[in-house]
Amino acid sequence: MTKINLLKPNNDNLPLFLTLGGLFFAFGILDFYLNNFLNINITSFLPRIINFFVPLVFAVIGLHFIRIEFSGIKNLDKLNKNINTSNFNAALSVSIILLIIFAFPPLLNWLIFDANISGDTKEACTGSGACWVYIKIWFNRFMYGMYPNAEQWRVNITFIAVLVFMSAGFFVPTRLKNYLSLYYTLLLPIISFALIYYIISGGSFGLVWVETGAWGGLSLTFMVSFFSLIFCFPIGMMLALGRRSNLPIVKYSSLSFIEFWRGVPLITVLFMSAVMFPLFLPEGTYIDKLIRVVVAITLFEAAYTAEVIRGGLQALPRGQYDAAKSLGMGYWRMHVFVILPQALKLVIPGIANTFLALIKDTPLIFVVGLLELVGMLNLAKTNPEWLGFSMEGYVFAGIIFWIICYSMSKYSQKLELKYKTDR
Amino acid sequence: MKIKKILPQILTLLFIVLVFGFFTMNAQENMGARGLEFGFGFLKTQASFDIQFSLIDYDGSHTYARAYLVGLLNTLLVAFIGIIFATLLGAIVGVARLSPNYLIRKTASFYIEFFRNIPLLLQIFFWYFAALRALPMLEDAPMLLNSSFMTIKGLYTPAAIWTNFDIFLTSIIIAMIIIFFFARYAKKKQEQEGKRLPVLIISLAIFITLPLLTFLIGGVDLSWSFPVIRQMSQTSYTFDGGLKIPPELIALTLALTLYTATFIAENVRAGIQGIGKGQKEAAASIGLTPSQVLKLVIMPQALRIIIPPTTNQYLNLTKNSSLAAAIAYPDLVLVFAGTAMMQTGRAIEIVGITMATYLTISLGISLLMNWYNKRIAIQEK
Repeated sequence: MTKINLLKPNNDNLPLFLTLGGLFFAFGILDFYLNNFLNINITSFLPRIINFFVPLVFAVIGLHFIRIEFSGIKNLDKLNKNINTSNFNAALSVSIILLIIFAFPPLLNWLIFDANISGDTKEACTGSGACWVYIKIWFNRFMYGMYPNAEQWRVNITFIAVLVFMSAGFFVPTRLKNYLSLYYTLLLPIISFALIYYIISGGSFGLVWVETGAWGGLSLTFMVSFFSLIFCFPIGMMLALGRRSNLPIVKYSSLSFIEFWRGVPLITVLFMSAVMFPLFLPEGTYIDKLIRVVVAITLFEAAYTAEVIRGGLQALPRGQYDAAKSLGMGYWRMHVFVILPQALKLVIPGIANTFLALIKDTPLIFVVGLLELVGMLNLAKTNPEWLGFSMEGYVFAGIIFWIICYSMSKYSQKLELKYKTDR
Repeated sequence: MKIKKILPQILTLLFIVLVFGFFTMNAQENMGARGLEFGFGFLKTQASFDIQFSLIDYDGSHTYARAYLVGLLNTLLVAFIGIIFATLLGAIVGVARLSPNYLIRKTASFYIEFFRNIPLLLQIFFWYFAALRALPMLEDAPMLLNSSFMTIKGLYTPAAIWTNFDIFLTSIIIAMIIIFFFARYAKKKQEQEGKRLPVLIISLAIFITLPLLTFLIGGVDLSWSFPVIRQMSQTSYTFDGGLKIPPELIALTLALTLYTATFIAENVRAGIQGIGKGQKEAAASIGLTPSQVLKLVIMPQALRIIIPPTTNQYLNLTKNSSLAAAIAYPDLVLVFAGTAMMQTGRAIEIVGITMATYLTISLGISLLMNWYNKRIAIQEK
């Protein structure tokens, strides 16, 4: 039996150190648990500041005891390697474990266990947790805004139709694949606009006219970001080409256009579209608020898209340009068939980031009085019958936006891998 | 060949002239019809509206130009605080993302994925309308650190009262100038004699002792005014003394910091990962200590990758601070493009000035950045 050195745990006394470490660690966690959830303080005889750190210190000492190299136990070695390489690391790990223990149970209680979802009035919310009744009652408003309840099927049908047209690209026969980009940049916007105009707006074919002021909620978020997205891409591409052009007037006008939109915040652009733009039109012309907003966001995002695409154009080696030119291709043929297909592949992550930014920017349209999801929440929380539920509303919207943005960013990462070609 | 070069340019020019001409003509006509005349004379007239929070003296009797200045300063204040905190947090989280510790790595990436995928406006609303509204009323607020109160009306902290502040400020500037020249001298000496002076310690010493001396002999004095609660009537309370930080500012800074820090963290991570392993090994093999490797080899190269996108994030933060208008923090957009425009009705001038201001800030910083990039770019032969 070798001498036991508590400062240097070693392999010889493995069971002893494991038991000691486990006990210390367990005591640290137990003390923390008792302090926070049962209000029992078993170390209250200590001074306040030491008392506060007791769980941390005990757990770290526990981890110190089980930090044994080459112990022969696979899981222990893995644990040590990942969270327990030094005392400092152990302290950080323990802090995070304690933080999780501290934060998660109350959070889960609020979200699920103490929450209410049955019932239709504010009075049904009796628990101390979240009041999901509020979300349930207002769900239609959050999704469709002030769109009349009886007509909401029109929004659904249009969305399904647009989705069908969008996914059409995946099913076309191979010999038509060359026309796909034409379809997405020209035909799809026209088709979707016609669908939205005739079905959601109505006014003909026996459908009731619903003015754009009544549109809102998440469906408006989707509409605004969808249109800005499909329009900003071609414009951004032209601007990127223009900025790299040899012709001075084309180059500098593209440059100043891009720098202008990138230099101002979106909120001022929306202000401009709301109050300044009508002054620029002939007396008596009126352009719908929604269209003005979409145009403003499109131009704004096009400038960012242009910079992203320019990055891709610049990353292509000169040889590609020279090779295309030596084949006798002109400017447009060279770009359409050689340069852009390669450049666009390079900038998929950048473009996806711009589109994500676009979706996250749509709530800003509240400044012109259009109420999408976030705007609707702010309206709902001022309703005298449902005061005091702003937390539930924001959490709900946060979850929805998070799911949309997170899945989009994951999808773009997948695309990036798929199109990655070695050069 | 010639026509191929000239035709597109003429078409572009024509397009631009036509669009601008059309807009200008209509604008003139419309403004004429409303009896407005284009001009900036209104800036000199009395604003007659109040602003809740101002860094400089302001009340309704001041001019619109002064109101503009108040808004601009408030915007810069939020941007400044936000940039400092976002940089600190972003650097920590970015390094944490590369930590060998599994828990820390996962926590950092959880934080990044969580905050960057939620719209900033929603986050601002959350902090302002949901989180900060849950704070106690003035009379129930517990005292923090024996001096401050975190209440529903904002944070009340002790305020510093200076005497002869200008002397103190001058001493700091002088200290910085001395440090600048000292650093240059030390570098020169190292290049000539190969000897390193302890630059950091001496600079710190200068930076601390010189301002401290002003307290002893320069007549500079610092005292604190603590917030003290006072009952005004049965139910209304107020704090006397101290400094009040409005909840709008807190919510805005919090949201901007947490949101922008995620992007800065990703930049920092990419910068550190962008340095090849060979660099580290080469540096170690010529006998540099680990701290020297970090300081002399890794950081200079990593910073070259980190700084440009991070400046971009600073610009984004400054532009995003305009969301202040949504929670009524009196920034440039709210004060000027909001209230002032409602009162004067001068849409073109006011939106123009507001945009020009942001544009100047952005372009100024981008020019500075381009200059800096050129300076630190690798000189390839």
